[in-house]
Amino acid sequence: MKLLLTGARIIDPAQKIDSRLDVLLENGRIIKTGNNLARSTRSKDTEKITELIDLEGMILVPGLIDMHTHLREPGYEYKETIATGVTAAVTGGFTSIACMPNTNPINDNRATTEFIRRKAAEVALANVYPVGAISRNSEGSQLTEFWDLKEAGIVALSDDGKPVMNAGLMRRAMEYAHSLQLPIISHCEDIHLSANGVMNEGYYSTILGLNGIPAIAEEAMIARDILIAEFTKTAVHIAHVSTAGSVRLIRDAKARGLKVTAETAPHYFTLKDESLQSYDTNFKVNPPLRTERDVHAIKEGLADGTIDAIACDHAPHGRTDKEVEFEYAANGISGLETSLGLSLNLIHSKILTWPELIARMSLNPARILNLPKGTLVTGADADITVIDPLRPWTVDVQTFRSRGKNSPFNGRQMQGKVILTIVGGEIKYDGR
Amino acid sequence: MKFERKDILGIKDLSVDEINFILETAESFLEISTRTIKKVPTLRGKTVINLFYEASTRTRTSFEIAGKRLSADTINISSSTSSVVKGETLIDTARNLEAMNPDVIVIRHSAAGAPHLLASLVKQSIINAGDGAHEHPTQALLDMMTIKERKGSIDGLKVAIIGDIEHSRVARSNIYGLTKMGASVVVAGPATMLPRDIEKMGVQVHSRLEDAIAGADVIMMLRIQLERQKQNIFPSLREYAQHFCLNRHNVKLAKKDVIVMHPGPINRGVEISPDIADDPSCSVILDQVNKGVAVRMALLYLLTGGSE
Repeated sequence: MKLLLTGARIIDPAQKIDSRLDVLLENGRIIKTGNNLARSTRSKDTEKITELIDLEGMILVPGLIDMHTHLREPGYEYKETIATGVTAAVTGGFTSIACMPNTNPINDNRATTEFIRRKAAEVALANVYPVGAISRNSEGSQLTEFWDLKEAGIVALSDDGKPVMNAGLMRRAMEYAHSLQLPIISHCEDIHLSANGVMNEGYYSTILGLNGIPAIAEEAMIARDILIAEFTKTAVHIAHVSTAGSVRLIRDAKARGLKVTAETAPHYFTLKDESLQSYDTNFKVNPPLRTERDVHAIKEGLADGTIDAIACDHAPHGRTDKEVEFEYAANGISGLETSLGLSLNLIHSKILTWPELIARMSLNPARILNLPKGTLVTGADADITVIDPLRPWTVDVQTFRSRGKNSPFNGRQMQGKVILTIVGGEIKYDGR
Repeated sequence: MKFERKDILGIKDLSVDEINFILETAESFLEISTRTIKKVPTLRGKTVINLFYEASTRTRTSFEIAGKRLSADTINISSSTSSVVKGETLIDTARNLEAMNPDVIVIRHSAAGAPHLLASLVKQSIINAGDGAHEHPTQALLDMMTIKERKGSIDGLKVAIIGDIEHSRVARSNIYGLTKMGASVVVAGPATMLPRDIEKMGVQVHSRLEDAIAGADVIMMLRIQLERQKQNIFPSLREYAQHFCLNRHNVKLAKKDVIVMHPGPINRGVEISPDIADDPSCSVILDQVNKGVAVRMALLYLLTGGSE
């Protein structure tokens, strides 16, 4: 069976393509891109084309990849299951996602990794790539079995949410992981500096009387991890960058030729700490929303390539986790279904071009995680996202496919929406 | 003036007119507490719930007396533990109380923003009796009432607030109130007790007591909480007292007619020496407590439609 997608503007940063082309898919792969494929293909084997989709005015890109999500299963199924999380992913335009290990039990072993992969295969919507824990039970004292985890199917290692405070352990983790070509994703937070903080430390934490998390809690750890990566001649990926100082540290490290990559989340270039004045727990996230200056620096970092990827840090929660006093509320935003919409604002405001944005949401995450994805080159997996760049819509958390309705973006007007998510040549989401 | 507010959550939200109106109303209630029969029927048939999630003697008693002197039915709910520990969420507690149709809920909570959460959920009036390190509006109102009585006006005064500003809701509410009313406010404490960007609240910042109280009309001393020592906010009470205790000697740096305030409970010999605390020529600490009842009577009255 073949699927021919015609008339869309094709953007493929890997091949530096940005033009109106047709794309032909067969057996889960991209077999041809070119002009007027409908005519040329029809002349030879018309009967084999079972479906032709006219995408005039649409934008067709390599399937989006979110390298930082939380699927909550096993253990926290009331927040999200693998099935609901992956459904949210394809609804948001993501054909592949990496899921963090802070489930219960923690994904620090082969059995849990295999369980996640089996569940994801049963759902068969987006590709799910588990991230394994760096340390056993993410307790920061003993390394997990990286080799075994890799064989089971993890694509990266992270103690996300539980920063590795022991620099010696982080050094060993980077060395050992590097020899296995496994990226380390570092949640950079010095927990002695963040202490019992619940929001960014600054004017707004002062007037709201909430304990602050200083920018240096993030920056000090990024500086440490850059130094470890440099000394050990390995690589490190910095998760959810939120401060101007972090952007500067990463920019400097890259300028020195170090193998440092970084991601940020849409809320860090969209929201500021002043939004917390309502004590709305949907704005509570870790790292916390920062200041105007930080938001500006994050945008600059995205524009100049300091920040390689946009990942939404999808953190679905149940009502019981959020409908409490601010300081008791869980951190996190259910982000998969708003990530693209918010990121398109970077194009509307001329911070990124289309190819730049798509590189940060597909090609770059694929490269960081060593996935054979993120491109529309002939022979590649037919993972494709089609976007209607003009379609207006309003965020309504009640329509989220994710179990997590925790979004500070509820009611927000967006421009540009996913209309097709194709994974392995099959349409997994159709919003036409 | 008609008082339109549903809730009193913080001084930040109040206008100068509203503050003046509350203080004038409170002044008219002062006299009731001096009568032999200290009760008027104003709030007969109204119900006031004091929902205290944090230990309090002064504020809770003050609210209870305020309600009773106005003939409201006052109910006290005290919980030494947070709602999380207790097992029922604040939201559920709020909905249950709402179902019993009180008129005003007074809440004290260790979590900043808890009164705001409550106010967004229930139709009753909410009075914030202190939320975390955020605001303590009734304390600031009674402080302003005390200052106004002693000094005639707040406008143009220099007020020094000394101590752990970072953890003090009293400091925040007073900074909002006093600066709105035209005072110039200076704060002082060890750098570890001064929150980031505090100067953006419109105050001058000093790291020495002496610099802050020089020429002051009003000195407000804050209570040092002993458990802060464990968080390395200060090394020892001894050292703190040596440098930040208001005493006979350093109080001379202030104006001759300076008044000394403290929201209580005082740590004698830590932030304030006993001879200052007990000196009727400058200490107005007990006068503050007295004004507290009147201010709370005024708020209960205004929130239940008294100005209509």
